[in-house]
Amino acid sequence: MRLYNRGMIIAGIVVFLIVTTFPFWYGRGKAVPPPDLKLDTPAILGLKEKRCVEPASYMRSSHMKLLVTWRDDVVREGKRTYTATDGRLHEISLTGSCLACHSNKKQFCDRCHDYSGAKPACWSCHIIPEEVR
Amino acid sequence: MAPTRREFLQMAGFSAIGLALPVLPSLAWARTGAPAAGVSAYPAAPGPLPARKAKRWAMTVKPGKCRAGCTDCITACHLEHNVPAIGNPKDDVHWIGLQKVGHVFPAEAHPRLPDTIRGLSVPVLCNHCENPPCVRVCPTQATFRRPDGIVVMDYHRCIGCRFCMAACPYGSRSMNWRDPRPFIRKINQDFPTRTRGVVEKCNFCEERLARGILPACVVACKEKAMAFGDLEDPCSEVRLTLDRGLSLRRRPELGTGPQIYYIL
Repeated sequence: MRLYNRGMIIAGIVVFLIVTTFPFWYGRGKAVPPPDLKLDTPAILGLKEKRCVEPASYMRSSHMKLLVTWRDDVVREGKRTYTATDGRLHEISLTGSCLACHSNKKQFCDRCHDYSGAKPACWSCHIIPEEVR
Repeated sequence: MAPTRREFLQMAGFSAIGLALPVLPSLAWARTGAPAAGVSAYPAAPGPLPARKAKRWAMTVKPGKCRAGCTDCITACHLEHNVPAIGNPKDDVHWIGLQKVGHVFPAEAHPRLPDTIRGLSVPVLCNHCENPPCVRVCPTQATFRRPDGIVVMDYHRCIGCRFCMAACPYGSRSMNWRDPRPFIRKINQDFPTRTRGVVEKCNFCEERLARGILPACVVACKEKAMAFGDLEDPCSEVRLTLDRGLSLRRRPELGTGPQIYYIL
C-alpha cells in the first residue's frame, strides 16, 4: 500500500491530535479553585436565622428542581405560596424571593454556574434588580 | 458533609411532626383560613389583600365613555407588563390597543352608522375565549385556559411557532421578533419581560388578581369605561352592566365565545 502525500497526512494527524488533546494536557495537575460564593448581602446579614427556603445542602444540590416546581406551580397551577418542609411560607418569585436575599447575582448565582458550565436561561426574561434602570 | 436523601427525608419528616404538634389543637381554627400557629413570624403571602377568585372572569367595555385620544388603559397595561414600544408596525407588540368600530365589528358596521359611533375608538384586548382557538393549535400547550376562564401564556414553553397568532381571529397576539428589553421605557421590576422568539398577549392581569387588585386597564380608566368581574356572580359589576341592555361580542359567529362584552 502506498500512502500519497505522506508528509502532509502525518503532519495533519499530529496537529489534529495535539489540538484535540490540548485541554487534557494543558490542564493536567492544575486544580481550578472552587467558586467563592458571597453570602454577605445586606438582606442575608439582617436575617436572625440564616436559612434559605430549604436546608442549604438541599438548595445546593436541587435548587434547579425546586425552581422548576415553582415555575409550574405559579404559571400552570396559579399557586403562589410555597410551604417549606419546616412549615414556613414563601412567596414563589425568582426576582421577588430568591434575589431579595441573594441580591448579588454576580457573586452568587453566576460564580457557581460559570464554574459548572451551567447556562440557565432564566435571566432573558426574569429581572435582575441590580441590572435594570 | 451533605446529607443523603434518606437523611434529608428523615429530617423533613421530623420537622413536619415537630411543626404539626403545636398546631394540632387549633386545626379547626386553621381550616377556617387563619394562619397556622408558629408561621406568622414569616409573612409570605403574595400581597396585603386576599387573591380575587371567580368562576368566570369577564370584562365589559363602553367605548362611548372614552375620552377622545385617551390612551390611559394602554399606557397602564404596557407599563405594568413591560410591553416594549417598538414603534414599527411590523414588529409591534401590544396587549391592548384601540381600533375603529368598523374594524372591531365588521359585520355590524355599515355606512349609515352615525359618525358618533363610527368614529369611536374601541379598546381591544385578548377576549379570553370560552373556546380559544389559540389553545387548540398550540403544539406545546404553552397557552392554556385556566379554570377561571383566563387564557394565559407559559412563556417558558413557547417555541415561537406563531400557530396561535394565525388561529386568533382578533389579532390579540404579538410575536417578539427582536429582544424586547431595549424597547421598554421603564422596566417594572415586579413583572418579567419576554425574550426574543416568544408570542405574548394580555393575561387579564392574573398576577394582579392573585394579589387582590383589579386589572391595570380597569383601574387606569378615569371614565370607568371598563368593568371587570365574575360572570357567574349575579351581583358582579359585569353582570349588572350586561343585564341592562344589548351588548356585543367580537365575531361571535366563529364560536370562540369571547368574554369581552362591548356596549355601544
